[in-house]
Amino acid sequence: MQEKLFGKTLEELKALSLNLGLPSFTGQQLCEWLYKKEATSFEQMTNLSKKARVLLSKNYELGLQDPEDEQESVDGTKKYLFPTGVGKFIETAYIPDGKRSTICVSSQVGCKMGCLFCMTGKQGFQGNLTAGEILNQYRSLPERKNLTNIVYMGMGEPLDNLSEVLKSLEVFTAEWGFSLSPRRITVSTIGITPAMLEFLNRSEAHLAISLHTPFDEERRKLMPVQQVYPLREVLKEIRSWDFGRQRRVSFEYILFKDYNDSAAHVNELSRILHGIRCRINLIRFHPIPDTPLESPTDSAIEEFRNKLNSKGITATIRASRGQDIWAACGLLSTKRLQKN
Amino acid sequence: MVTNDTHQVSAASLTFTEELSTGIYLIGFKRPFLFKAGQVIGIAMVQNGPRRLYSICSGEQDEEIHILYKVVDEGFLTPQLSDLETGDTIWVTEPSGEFTGDRDPAVWIATGTGVAPFYSMFRSGLAEQKRVILGNRYLEQFHFFDEFASLLGENYIRCCTAETDEGVYPGRVTQYLEEQLELDPKLKYYLCGSAEMVVESRDILISKGIPFDRIISEIYF
Repeated sequence: MQEKLFGKTLEELKALSLNLGLPSFTGQQLCEWLYKKEATSFEQMTNLSKKARVLLSKNYELGLQDPEDEQESVDGTKKYLFPTGVGKFIETAYIPDGKRSTICVSSQVGCKMGCLFCMTGKQGFQGNLTAGEILNQYRSLPERKNLTNIVYMGMGEPLDNLSEVLKSLEVFTAEWGFSLSPRRITVSTIGITPAMLEFLNRSEAHLAISLHTPFDEERRKLMPVQQVYPLREVLKEIRSWDFGRQRRVSFEYILFKDYNDSAAHVNELSRILHGIRCRINLIRFHPIPDTPLESPTDSAIEEFRNKLNSKGITATIRASRGQDIWAACGLLSTKRLQKN
Repeated sequence: MVTNDTHQVSAASLTFTEELSTGIYLIGFKRPFLFKAGQVIGIAMVQNGPRRLYSICSGEQDEEIHILYKVVDEGFLTPQLSDLETGDTIWVTEPSGEFTGDRDPAVWIATGTGVAPFYSMFRSGLAEQKRVILGNRYLEQFHFFDEFASLLGENYIRCCTAETDEGVYPGRVTQYLEEQLELDPKLKYYLCGSAEMVVESRDILISKGIPFDRIISEIYF
């Protein structure tokens, strides 16, 4: 299999051009063809010499991959299946919502984090995606022209694949890349503290943190990462970080019936988030097979939101989208397709 | 997990290195800090280099800190670690983490080097009223066998997938758990190992009536 060009940075494309005996500016031209003109073959790169095109095609492939399957929800959400190597697949969600259209990209095949409530976690871990494979979900999405937002909330823990995620963010936001505003991009994490600090340092994208309960003992039963990177350490770093006026930190909070939806949870959330300019996104739990957790009623979710709001915390309820095609939050999985 | 957090690192001179079984090493250095059994430390080859987290594999009162690791060919740290000799220097962080045990009755379940935090708890005097279920591919990988077996007797269970021996369960840990007719829902169940093992074992325990809030997991990632 040839090395793929898609997903490489300007510096990398310049370097490989020089290695092939081509001028350095070929790297810039490749960026334009890959990320702006959306070339699908070397033949289309007409401002490159024929020699350059032949050399490139002998040594590299473009690296674009169309989805192999597509499902559409009754609410318009779509779920795409992308192959990412022999016997490995990922899912990507497209969520249209009026003028806003969001792509939810995956960063790993499966996930190592083992959160109790997540379908991807039940799949185990089959590998990291390359930056090219992350970017391809955007580039090869049939609806990409409609997209307004990108969220790294698909399969996998983005900050467990930090180098490739940062590289993909660079390509998304660089002048020579897709030139997207980092304010249109949100990276979600369960709170791997060191990687989160590096992400905050090296990217301008928004940050979302999976919180799910303010109590340490409860969180360690839901999310094994709590054993190693406790929430209080995550919040300590967040509190000391200057997010500026434009950058946003938000907290994801999946509501489980009779587990994390009490008045005590509201009070403790209010206490631990005091002083952090943030928003809480409340998400109804989408039950997965054999789970001991239950979904609360809509009215319970609204009541929880109202209590948070009354404490001065901005809290919104995220609409469930694509549940009928298993595209909603926490439901992505390609376990059935994995070949060992 | 590769880490480069804000924890301070200090130099540690290795007092020994030993390949316990094929590709699985134990290294040690003089204990420079107090810790709780079950905690982890970060290890790096150079002072400001990338670090990986490892469970401490020695007792709270032991004079040395021991680390058990498996060489991962494509890993950035373990191939270098396995080349080190006594007297060489590594860089270590202070201990952290909350996967710590107590004296309550419990079941410790691990595969591979996931035994490390439980061995630390065992060495720290927390082995009473414990049942230990370990899984490995080969018999030689059941490190600390003599110590566990002599104290725990029938409460030390080996599950081996590639070899058989008297008293050894022939199969995976998850298969062993599946076959248990009765599991005590009042016990705590500690799991340590790969994501696959932890998630699968947790599902089995829940399906057998163990409340999920009695299951405490640490995943090697």
